[in-house]
Amino acid sequence: MTQKTELTGTVPEAPLTVPSPVQQEDSRLKAFFQKGTPYWFVSPYIIIFGVFGIFPIFFMIFLSFHTWNPVAGLASMRFVGWENYTLSLTDPTLWHTLWNTVVIALLSGLSQHLVALPMAYLLVSLGHRARHWLTTAYFLPYVTSTVAVSMIFYIMYAPESGIINRALVTLANGQITGFLFGWINDLMPIRWLQENSLIRYSISFVVFWKYVGFNIVIYAAGLTTINKELYEAAKIDGASSWQRFRFVALPLLKPFIFFAVTLTIIGNMNLFDEPYVLTRGLQQAATNGMTISNYLYRIGWEWLDMGGAAAVSWILFVVIGIFTGIYFWLFGREGLGGND
Amino acid sequence: MYKMTPLAAAVAAVAAVAMSGAVISQEIRFDGFPDYDSQINAIADDFKDVSGITVQQLINQHGGHHDRIATTLATGSGLGDVVLIDVGFVGAFVDGGGFIDLTDRFEPYRGNYPEYAIAQGQGSNGHQYAVPVDLGPGVLYFRRDFMEDLGYDIDEVTADWESYIDYGITLRDEHDTLLIGDAGDIANAYINFNVESGNGLYFDADGEPLVTNERFVRAFELARTVRQEGLDGNITAWSEDWTTGFQEGTFATQMSGAWLLGHLQNWMAPDTAGNWGVSHLPTGIYGTWGGSFLAIPAQSAKPDEAWALIEYMISEDVQLEGFQNIAAFPAHTATYDHAMFEEEIDFLRGQQARQMWAEIAENVEPVKPHRGDQIAESLIGTALENVLDDGMEIERALQNAENQIRRRVR
Repeated sequence: MTQKTELTGTVPEAPLTVPSPVQQEDSRLKAFFQKGTPYWFVSPYIIIFGVFGIFPIFFMIFLSFHTWNPVAGLASMRFVGWENYTLSLTDPTLWHTLWNTVVIALLSGLSQHLVALPMAYLLVSLGHRARHWLTTAYFLPYVTSTVAVSMIFYIMYAPESGIINRALVTLANGQITGFLFGWINDLMPIRWLQENSLIRYSISFVVFWKYVGFNIVIYAAGLTTINKELYEAAKIDGASSWQRFRFVALPLLKPFIFFAVTLTIIGNMNLFDEPYVLTRGLQQAATNGMTISNYLYRIGWEWLDMGGAAAVSWILFVVIGIFTGIYFWLFGREGLGGND
Repeated sequence: MYKMTPLAAAVAAVAAVAMSGAVISQEIRFDGFPDYDSQINAIADDFKDVSGITVQQLINQHGGHHDRIATTLATGSGLGDVVLIDVGFVGAFVDGGGFIDLTDRFEPYRGNYPEYAIAQGQGSNGHQYAVPVDLGPGVLYFRRDFMEDLGYDIDEVTADWESYIDYGITLRDEHDTLLIGDAGDIANAYINFNVESGNGLYFDADGEPLVTNERFVRAFELARTVRQEGLDGNITAWSEDWTTGFQEGTFATQMSGAWLLGHLQNWMAPDTAGNWGVSHLPTGIYGTWGGSFLAIPAQSAKPDEAWALIEYMISEDVQLEGFQNIAAFPAHTATYDHAMFEEEIDFLRGQQARQMWAEIAENVEPVKPHRGDQIAESLIGTALENVLDDGMEIERALQNAENQIRRRVR
């Protein structure tokens, strides 16, 4: 508290000159430019953010209370009140796609963190050189184009010619492995992306593969902030490697886990690219493979109902808000490091 | 060394813009998707000689091109002077009011174009907003060699849907081959090409959805039989497995537009030349699979120049050129008397297939488009997936689709 008072007390005021009546006009202009200078410098960002960030948000609120076929131009907009919201909230497909999104988010999200945590611990314990190289390697999928990655996986998942099924067949027919994996032959060809029963798992795996490296980097960075002496002290007290991870590293990583999981919740609930490419533009196994973001795209751009799409996106916004809110409520205090 | 002063640079820039302005006034832009860039490249010089107009192009991939049309129509600027539109999108686009009414301009030419294609380019008010530039006569490609192996004749196979499925069962039992890549194609062909007279594809004349009627039930039943009997591979069109399927003879037939021939012989399965034939669809129904249209956006500042290009592109000679250059099947019916249509096609073992395609093009019945077609199509797609993949009852799936269509088509 004392520090705060001191600080406000010592902050110097901006230097002011008292103009004579003759100079008044001139100095007012000068003051305007002087005071305005910082704003001139940030104005490009403010303008761009305003046009592409703030305006669309308000326009979307406006739009969600109208029907609008974009192809017919702005003049075709018609006010419908809450109709878009009631239509969407009573739409079984919306709830089904929301369920798809939650399932894919959980499958890919949980596995990401369950793998990334121990993997980061392992990487940090390997020492500097190995950690840097391996972290870079794990991070590579994250910086690769999502569409490119999804297209490659689409080819790998192909039932007849895909490398995944070919590898499984090789395992099933191998002299040694055949004994264990022979049963796979009965399932062939496995239609990873054509069957509604499999599509969520197939999409989740691609999401897991792409983002696990990002979480490893966060956790590895978090682990390096932990004082080595704590591990040494635990070791002297007889803690095993697992106990050092469980009772030293994990509790101190909580703020990092909190941050990474929050990002995963928001990112996964917005999932679009991977399911879109893997269902071939929502043409196959779309019943279970379509996320809520894909559905709002379909409403907006395939069905040309922008008002309906705007309402769905606000519903998605509220859903993400609720999920993140629950997570904050449950883990926020601990997650933010107990700095309250 | 001479260094340009800022003033000189500015003068030079203004002069350059002014000079290019003179050229721009004689320039129009064509917005389209491949392979139409090849066609425009081939005809642009001749068109300039005739009209004095230079054609610039903005070519995007098929999906991106149509997304872009929707965006630029919404914002009211950024679209070219002539726009190429695939038949799958034309219904949704022409009714929106974003394109110029071409009824009067097209009037002198419409006698040379199939009625069904003209109808596809009309808005619900009956005005012509898009003009057909190429067609996709719906046909059945089949492996001649497999049929010979099993002692079948194509006329016998396509006599009706039952004989077609029987052939599939023989293929499965005696040849270890699939009848077709995806059973969904059968349902789509049946739905699209058996429309009751006076009805649209998904809606009747009063705009009531038709998706629970006999046509849809029968189409779903046929597809379900093919799936349950194991006669298809659930192979999505244009996927890796689809192209290798053509190369390796995984399936014996494929329903498609006539244009598939170009893909088969150029890149998909050139090594299978001589093994393929083409026939009418089962029961001899006439239908179309694809086709493209030309339209002038209302935002174009040069509608007259744009129409000059359209007029040129739909003229008899240029239509034939398009057939030669990019295998775009002519929409101009007078071209069908050209010697080219008599030619034997080596890939199809010397079959004179183009005559058959022309006959199909001239016999397809017009179907009135509805602004809800796009929504109905995607909901029927979902219903079909639920029946074929998840075993849902046909009646229930179609009823779900109808409920959704009623809600969504506002």
